[in-house]
Order: sequence, then structure tokens, then C-alpha cells
Amino acid sequence: MNSSSSNVPTLTPTTYFRRQRTLATLIFIVVFALTIGAGALTRFDVVDMFTAIPRVAAWMAENLIPDAKSVSRLPRILDTLWDTVLMSIMASTLSAIAALPFALLGSTTTMIHPWVATAARIVASINRNIPVAAWALIFLLSFGQSQFTGFLALFFASFGFLTRVYMETIDETSSSSVEALRATGANWYHVVSQAVMPASLPQMISWELFVIETNIRSATLVGLLTGSGIGFLFDVYYKSLQYESAAMVVVALVVVVLAIEGISNVVRRRIL
Amino acid sequence: MIASVERHPRSGAIRLRRRNPARRWLNGVLLVLTAMTVWGVATIETGSVPFGEAVVDTFRYLGLMFTQPRPTASHFGVPEGFLNVAGAAGYVLLVTLALSFLTTLLGGVIALALGLFAAQNLTNARVSNAIKGIVAVIRAVPTVLWVLIFAIGAGLGSVAAVIGMSFHTIGYLIKAYSESFEELDDGTIEALRAAGANWFQIVFQAVLPSSITSIVSWTFIRFEINFAVAVAMGAAAGAGGIGFNLFMSAGYFFDIREIGFITYLILFVAMAMESFATRLKARFLEQGS
Repeated sequence: MNSSSSNVPTLTPTTYFRRQRTLATLIFIVVFALTIGAGALTRFDVVDMFTAIPRVAAWMAENLIPDAKSVSRLPRILDTLWDTVLMSIMASTLSAIAALPFALLGSTTTMIHPWVATAARIVASINRNIPVAAWALIFLLSFGQSQFTGFLALFFASFGFLTRVYMETIDETSSSSVEALRATGANWYHVVSQAVMPASLPQMISWELFVIETNIRSATLVGLLTGSGIGFLFDVYYKSLQYESAAMVVVALVVVVLAIEGISNVVRRRIL
Repeated sequence: MIASVERHPRSGAIRLRRRNPARRWLNGVLLVLTAMTVWGVATIETGSVPFGEAVVDTFRYLGLMFTQPRPTASHFGVPEGFLNVAGAAGYVLLVTLALSFLTTLLGGVIALALGLFAAQNLTNARVSNAIKGIVAVIRAVPTVLWVLIFAIGAGLGSVAAVIGMSFHTIGYLIKAYSESFEELDDGTIEALRAAGANWFQIVFQAVLPSSITSIVSWTFIRFEINFAVAVAMGAAAGAGGIGFNLFMSAGYFFDIREIGFITYLILFVAMAMESFATRLKARFLEQGS
């Protein structure tokens, strides 16, 4: 130990700060080079970026104020939005139900066999790492332009995500009580129903609410791709240059998303 | 320990679980979600396609996709040949990665500045709450709508995509950064303040150096999320990259094997980034430590 440390030059404040500065400069150069490369690859125009912001701000001030026509369309917008909300909640709830057994099999606390756990984790990982847009396009082929296509896309992406966070929740909240219960001779079903579920359910519901919030936003994207729901309605107004009506869709969406976030926060405070 | 036993009013059975409001809320939430799900299942429109046939088709397509992935050279605009196709696919993949990189960088720089004003220990409650409120509204608008709104001013392309994708990035990173800043011990700031340090000295000498690992980790995690977002924007908002190729092969060429090939590419990159992000999280972002 002593002989090796004597070979290392002593670290004085001067060399320490010099080394820090060199490292910082190096990181800066690498990030700068990557930025130039990425900009060239995507034909990113910095001047265009800075001029686009005021142009869009002016456009927003001019067009985002709903006019009489867009107000008259509000019933249709709200109707479509309600369908989209229902579809998102349905996708989130059903994917939670599907994710629960996978999470129980995949969690290190409650797994029944390491191979089964690995298989469950791989299935979840594939589902969550395929982006929701890709799922939507995959199901578009067989189910065509319909809400059900959007539902399937949200279902599979949420299923992968929820399986992962449910596994983490089970491991975090219940490992000690599981050990205690197992010591009394309880079997797997007893452990799951009496220790794991009561301890993890509030956190799981909290994640479920998070997925509902995310899915309502993703439903817009999925709707654009699959020609259904609120995303499609926005696209129709947008492509026919009826920007006031498109803006009305955005405003309605913001109100609904904020309302659901507010409700979620109240519920979270009560159950956690 | 058991001073009194609570009994059921009618049957006289001993209550095994204490009644508490949290449990009642939990049951209420489950009930509402179940009701809305049943409603959703009952009213969802399944389109004009016969349902049974569509299910059978889906399994057939998924089987083809995952067992026989194969790109079609002409769809990538290159002549036949392994190297040509591999080069073209690598190029569009790089474009998507570049879009996510630019977005993460732009969003990160803005979020770093705003995050300082959103951290409760570095600013007053009013400024912090104002920033958090604006961020909540900005995040309520889906990314794809931000991109399309900016496409009106900048045209469909990388500029609209990067600006549009930055909004959610900024919102996410402001929250992550400001929470990292708030982890700094109050005593450190107090000591520096007592020594006469001004706000800038506190930020640059104490706050940023102590939270740099969290900042880098969170930025990478957002980069990972932005990759999926960039794929989606390529498909839905003309941002280019691999997402656009996926959109074309699913929406125009109906080339199932190519969809499989592109899905594998996306999956490979996403999984590699996720495993790195998980390691970063475990190493640098252990909550409660």
C-alpha cells in the first residue's frame, strides 16, 4: 500500500483544480462536437429556431383565441375527448390487471422460480421498450382506423411499464413482512394476499393514476396515428387550417388533463 | 397491547381490520376505475374490421414481424445489398438519436436555469410555485401538439420537432433538477451565506458541484425517454428519422417484415439505454439515502 501510494504524485489543491478544469473543458468539447454533429445530421437551423419562437408566439396570440365557430364545435370536441378519456382509463386499468401477475412472478420477493421471473421480466421489457407509436402502427395493420387500435397500443406500452414499477413496489414495500409471514409457515397465496397486496396496493394505485395521466396525453398521439379520438379531431382541424378549432381542442385537453392531475393528487394524498 | 376489541355492530364478529379513511378512499378509487373501465369496454368503437379476423391477423402479423424481420432496400431509398441497407438504417437511427440529443441539450440548459428558481431552498415560495404552475400547464399539452403548433411557424422538420419536444423535457428536468438541488443540506447554504457568499457563489460553489451526478443521471434518463418521443414524432409529426420509416412501412407499404426489422432496431437501442439508465439510477439516484 505504502510503496504504491508513494508513486502517485501528491494531490495539492492546484493540481486538483487543474484536473477538474481539464475534465470540464474535455466534457464541454465532447458535448459541443456532438451538438455540431447532431445539428448537421438533422439539418438543424439555429437561426430558424430563434426566428420560429416569436413567429409561433405571434401566431398563438392571433389564433388561439377561440371564435364563434370553434365554440359551436365545443360539444363535439368534448364528446370526443370523453371517449378518449374513457379509452385511456380502460387501457390503464386493464393493463394494471394484466401487469399484476407478471409483477408477482417477476419480483424477487414473490417469484416462484428464477426462470419464470426472468421470462416475466423479458416480456415486460419488450413491451415497454417498443414505443407506443410503434405499437399503434403495428396494430393499425390488422385493426384499421379505430379506437380499439389506440386502446391496444396504450395497453401494451402501459403493461410493460406497470409490470416494472409494480415489481419495484413489491420489492420495496413488502420484503420484511413477507419474511415474517413466511417464517410462520404461510404459503405463497397467503403471503401475496395478506402481506404483499395490502402493503403495495396504495403505491400501485398511485402508479396507476400516473399511467392514466400519461395515457391521456399519449392517446392524442395514438389518435393522430390511428385516425381516432381527440388526436384525429385535432388533425382534421389542423390540416384544414381551422386553427381556432384546433386551438379549442388544445384548450379543452389542457383543462381535462389538469383536472385529472388535480384529482390524482387529492387521491394520492388520501391513500398513501 | 389489545385494550379493546372492535366488534361488528350486528353480527358481533371481531373486526380483523380497523376501519380507516385511507382504505375507504382506496376502495372508492378502485370502484370508480372499474366502473369507467366497464363503460369504456361497452362503448369503445372497434371500427369496420371483423373483430375475430383482426385478432387472428394480429397474431399472424406479430409472428411474421418477430420471426422474419427483413428491410426492403427501396423503402430506404438505397440499392439492394446488405451494406447499403445497414448504412441507410443506421443513418435514420442516428437522425432519431440526434433529435433526442438536441432536445435533451436545449431542454437541459433551460431547465438548469429555471430549476434553480424552482428549488425551494434557493428562491422564495412564490417564484417556485409560479414556475411549477406554468410547467403543469405546459406539460398538459401533449408533445405531438407542441411539435405541430411549432411546425406552423417553422415548417415540418427538425426545428419544430426539437422545440416542440423541448417543452416536456424542460418540465420533467425542472422537477428532477430542483429536487436534486433541494437535497443539499440547509446548513451548507446557511454557512456560506453567513460567510458573506452571494447567490451566485452559493449556486456555483455548493449547489451545482454537489448535485452534478444527479443532474447528469437525470439528463441521461430524459435522453432515453426522448428517444421514444423522437420515434413517435418521426411517425406522427414529420420529424424524420426511424419513426418516419416505421410510419411509411406500416401506413403505406404494408411491409410487415420491415416493421419487424425497424421494431427490432428501436427495441435494441431502447433496451441498451434503459439498462444504462437503471444502473445510473441505482448508483447515483438512490432515494432516501
